[in-house]
Amino acid sequence: MRIVLIKRAEHSRLMTGLSPVIAVALTMLSAALLFAIAGHDAGLALYKFFIEPMTDLWSLQELLVKAVPLVLIACGLSICYLSNNWNIGAEGQFVMGALAGSVLPVLFPAFDNGLTLPLMLLFGAAGGALYALVPAVLKIRFNTNEILVSLMLVYVANLTLDYLVRGPWRDPAGFNFPETALFSASAMLPTIGDGRLSVSLYAAIAVAILLSLLLARTLKGFEIRVLGESPRAGSFAGFSQKRMTVFAFMVSGGLAGLAGIMEVAGSLGQLQPTISPGYGFTAIIVAFLGRLNPLAIVVAGFVLALSYIGGESVQASMGISDKIASVVQGMLLFFVLACDTLILYRIKLQFGQTAKGGHAHV
Amino acid sequence: MKNILKAAVAAVALAAAGSAAQAADLKACFIYVGPVGDFGWSYQHDQGRQAMEKHFAGKVETAYLESVPEGADAERAIERFAREGCGIIFTTSFGYMNPTLKVAQKYPKVMFEHATGYKTAKNVATYNSKFHEGRYILGQIAAKMSKKGTAGYIGSFPIPEVVSGINSFLLGAQSVNPDFKVKIVWANSWFDPAKEADAAKALIDQGADIISQHTDSTAPLQVAAERGVLGFGQASDMIAFAPKSQLTAIVDEWGPYYIERVQAVLDGKWESKQTWHGLKEGHVVMAPYTNLPDDVVAMAKATEEKIKGGWEPFTGPIIKQDGTEAAAAGVRLDDGAILGMNWYIKGIDDKLPQ
Amino acid sequence: MFEAILLTVITAATPLLLAAIGELVVERSGVLNLGVEGMMIMGAVTGFAVANLTGSGTLGILGAIGAGMALSALFGFLVLVLVTNQVATGLALTLLGLGLSGLIGEAFIGVPGLKLEKLDLPFLSDLPFVGPVIFGQDPIVYMSVAIVIAVAYALARTRAGLVLRAVGDNHASAHALGLSVLKVRFLAVLFGGGCAGLAGGYMSLAYTPQWVENMTAGRGWIALALVVFASWLPWRVVIGAYLFGAVTVLTFHAQAVGAGVPSQLLSSLPYLATIVVLVLISSNRRLTLVNTPACLGKPFVPDR
Repeated sequence: MRIVLIKRAEHSRLMTGLSPVIAVALTMLSAALLFAIAGHDAGLALYKFFIEPMTDLWSLQELLVKAVPLVLIACGLSICYLSNNWNIGAEGQFVMGALAGSVLPVLFPAFDNGLTLPLMLLFGAAGGALYALVPAVLKIRFNTNEILVSLMLVYVANLTLDYLVRGPWRDPAGFNFPETALFSASAMLPTIGDGRLSVSLYAAIAVAILLSLLLARTLKGFEIRVLGESPRAGSFAGFSQKRMTVFAFMVSGGLAGLAGIMEVAGSLGQLQPTISPGYGFTAIIVAFLGRLNPLAIVVAGFVLALSYIGGESVQASMGISDKIASVVQGMLLFFVLACDTLILYRIKLQFGQTAKGGHAHV
Repeated sequence: MKNILKAAVAAVALAAAGSAAQAADLKACFIYVGPVGDFGWSYQHDQGRQAMEKHFAGKVETAYLESVPEGADAERAIERFAREGCGIIFTTSFGYMNPTLKVAQKYPKVMFEHATGYKTAKNVATYNSKFHEGRYILGQIAAKMSKKGTAGYIGSFPIPEVVSGINSFLLGAQSVNPDFKVKIVWANSWFDPAKEADAAKALIDQGADIISQHTDSTAPLQVAAERGVLGFGQASDMIAFAPKSQLTAIVDEWGPYYIERVQAVLDGKWESKQTWHGLKEGHVVMAPYTNLPDDVVAMAKATEEKIKGGWEPFTGPIIKQDGTEAAAAGVRLDDGAILGMNWYIKGIDDKLPQ
Repeated sequence: MFEAILLTVITAATPLLLAAIGELVVERSGVLNLGVEGMMIMGAVTGFAVANLTGSGTLGILGAIGAGMALSALFGFLVLVLVTNQVATGLALTLLGLGLSGLIGEAFIGVPGLKLEKLDLPFLSDLPFVGPVIFGQDPIVYMSVAIVIAVAYALARTRAGLVLRAVGDNHASAHALGLSVLKVRFLAVLFGGGCAGLAGGYMSLAYTPQWVENMTAGRGWIALALVVFASWLPWRVVIGAYLFGAVTVLTFHAQAVGAGVPSQLLSSLPYLATIVVLVLISSNRRLTLVNTPACLGKPFVPDR
C-alpha cells in the first residue's frame, strides 16, 4: 500500500474549516488513549485538559495572559518568515526588550510619573529591535547565517540578564538575592478586570490586525511576499532584499521586545533570573500553526496557551504527569500539521501497484 | 463529536461524585521548580511530600505541579492551587517569593509556606535549612583526606546560600589545615549533568583531589569516582553513584518539617514564622560516613554533635577576603548576616560579583 | 595536564559532533529537521534503559540509535509523505521527545548507570601522550570519527553522495533524472535520527552515566547551529564541535585558576566565539554558497 498525494486545483474551502476540527478530534482520541494507559479516567482528564480552562472567568483570563506574549512574538515572526528571514532568536529579543525597558524603573526609580510607562514600552521595543538588528546586519554585511546568530544570541541575552540581576541591578534591600526591586505602580501596566490580564491584550489584538492589513492591503505586504517567494522577481521589481531583512528583523525584534517589557511590567513587576518560560521558541510553533497569518496566529496562540493551562490543570487535579501534557502538545501539533495537508492535497491510497519512480511513497 | 462531549460530561459527573465520597481533611499542595526526576532539590521536596502523605495515612490529600518556571507561570500555578481548595501550599523555590505573597493576599484563608525566601505575611511562613552546617563538616573531612591540600568546589549561582556554603566549607577545612585551598567554578546552572561533569574534570585537572558541589546532579561525583578522587553527595545520598568515592552527603530532609506544618494546620495552630533549622532538628542529615579512616569519622561525628549541641560554624574569629574582621573571636554571626552573605572569607581567590 | 584537558574536550565535543554530522546529511538532502534535541533525549533515555535492563552497553547503543531512528521516521512520514511544514514539525518532535523521554525514564531516576568500557587498544594505549588521547577512548568516540570520515568520503566521492547532493540542490531535476527524491530524503532523515539517538546514548552511557530528565540540556540546538557554522562541510563540523567543546571546557579552567571575570561572561564565550568565527568564514561568499543545499526546507511533491 502506498499513499499518494494529488494536488488540488485550488485550496479546499471545506478542508480549511474542517482540518483543525479533525486534528483536535484526533488529538483528543489519542490523548484519551494515553490517559487511559497511564491509568487515569480518560473522560475526566479530557474535560479538564481541553474544556474546563474555558469554562470560568479566572482560567479564561489566565489563558489570555499566556497567549498574549505568544501572539505578539509570533505576529512579528510571521513577517520574518514570509520574507524568508529566519529569526529563531525571538527568545533573546524578548529578554533584551525586558532589560532595556527596565532601565528606567531599575536605575532611575526617582523618575516616576506618567511618562515612565510609555518610555519603558518604547525602550523595550527598541531594545528588542536593536538586538534583532545584530543578526540582520551580519547577514547583509557578511552573509552570516541568521538562524545561527540569532540562536546564539539567545544564550548571550539570558546570561546578560543573569549577570545584571545577580550583580549590578539587584535589589539593594533584597539581602543579595537575585532580583531587582519591585517596580512602582506607575511602571506597571493597567489591568483589565480583576485578574492579571493587562492592557497588553489590546496591544496583541491591534498588532495582529495591523499586520494582517499590512500584508493584505499594502505595497509593503506585497514586497514581503514577493521577496519571500522569489527574491529574483523581487529584485526585478526594484525591491531591496537587504532593506527587507533589516525591516523584518526590526519588526519581529521590536514586537518580541515589547512582549518582553509587557511581561515584566504586566505580570512580574520585577526582573528575575528567568523571565520567559521559552515564549520565543513556543512562538515559532504558534507562527506556523497560524500558517503565518496574523489573524490565524491569534487563534493558534490561544490553542497553545490552552494546551499549557490544560496540562497544568490535569496535573494539579488528577496527578497526571506534566510529561503527558508535553506529549499531548506534540501530538496536537502533529495532527494539525498533518491535517493541513488535506487543504492542498487529496490523499489517495493505492494498493498493489508497482512503483514508478517519483510517487510519494514510504 | 457530540457523543464524545456527552461521554465527557457523564464521566465528569461520575468522577465528581467519586471524589466527594473520600474527601480528606486537608489538601496540601506543592510547587516545584524542577522535574521531580532531578534527583536533587525538587526530588527531595517530593520525597518530603510523600513522607508527609504517608504519615497522615489518608487524612491529608496532596497534589503537586513540577517544572513550574519562575515567572508569570508561577503566580498562576499557585493561585490555581489556592482556588482548588488547598489548605496549605508549599512553594519551593526562591523565585516564587513575590508571586506567593501576591496570591496569599488574595486568599487569606489559605496558608502559604515559601522555601528559601525572606518575606513573610500573616498567612505566609518561610522555611529553609542550615546546609552550611553540613558543609563545615565536609570541609574538615576534605582537609583531612586531601593529599594536595586543594579541593574543587562547583557552584551553581553566587546567591547567599551558596556563598555561605563555600565559606563554611573553607572554615571547616582551615580548622584542620590553615593553608587549605579551595578552587571554585561556577556552572551557572542548578542542573546540567554534562556541564557539571566538565566543571569537575577541569577542577581535577587543575589540581583538586576532592570535589564538592552545590549543584544538583550526581555527575560531579561520578567524575570523581572515575578519576579516582574523592567527593561528596548533594541533596540526596548518592552513594550508589560512587560507592568508592562518596565520603558522605548532605541530605535535605523536608519530611519532618512538612509533617509538622501540616499537623499545625490540622490542629488550627498554624502561624506565620521563619524556620531555619539544621542538623539538630534533623532537617539537614549527614549520610553515613564511608571510605574514611576511623579517626576522620570520629572527628566528623564529634563536629556533628557539637553543631547539634548548638554551636554555629560561623563563630569568630572570621576574617573577610579583604582582611577586615567579620566576627571577633568567640562572636557568632547573626542569622541575617549568614542568610544574606555576599563576601568571601580570607583564603579564597575567587571574586564575587558585586 | 594538556593531555587531560584534551580528553575532556573530546568527551564534550562527541555528542555535538554526532548529532551535527547526522543533521548535516539530513540537510544536504534538502530537509531541515529541528527535532534534534527531541531525538537526542529519546536516544539518551532508551540507551540508558536498554543497557540497564539487559546489562549490555552494546545493546544500549543499539537501543539509542533505534529510538532516534523511530522518532525520525515519524518526522519523515509527516514532512515527506504528508508534506507538513518542516520547521514546525521539527519543533513538535522536540516537544514530543522531551515528554516521552520523561515518561519512559521515570523508573530509572536515581539508578546508577552502566558506563561503557573504554576500548583500550593493547600497546597503543600505553604510548606516552598520544596513547590515552587517541587510543584510550570509549567506542562511541571511535564511531563518531568513523562516521565523519565515512560521510565526508561518501559525500565527495561516491554515487550515493552525488545523489544525495543532487536531491538537496535541485529536487526537480533529480526527479527528472529518475531519482526517487523522497526515498533518498527518508533514508537521510533516518540516518540523522540514528546519529542523534547515538549522541543521546553517548550522554547517558559515557559522558554522565545516569538518566535525568532534560539531561541533553539544549545540546541538540547547538548541534543544529554547528551544521550551519560548518557551512554543510563534514570536516568543518569536526572543527566546530571541538572548538565549541574546547571553549566550554577552557572557561571552567579559567575560573578554576581565578581569572576574576564574571562567570556569565565566560559562559557566553562559546556562543560569542561561534558567531565571530562564523562571520570570518561567511565573509567568503563563494565558499559558503557552494555547499548550501538550495532546496533546504522546501517540500517536494512529485507530479503524476
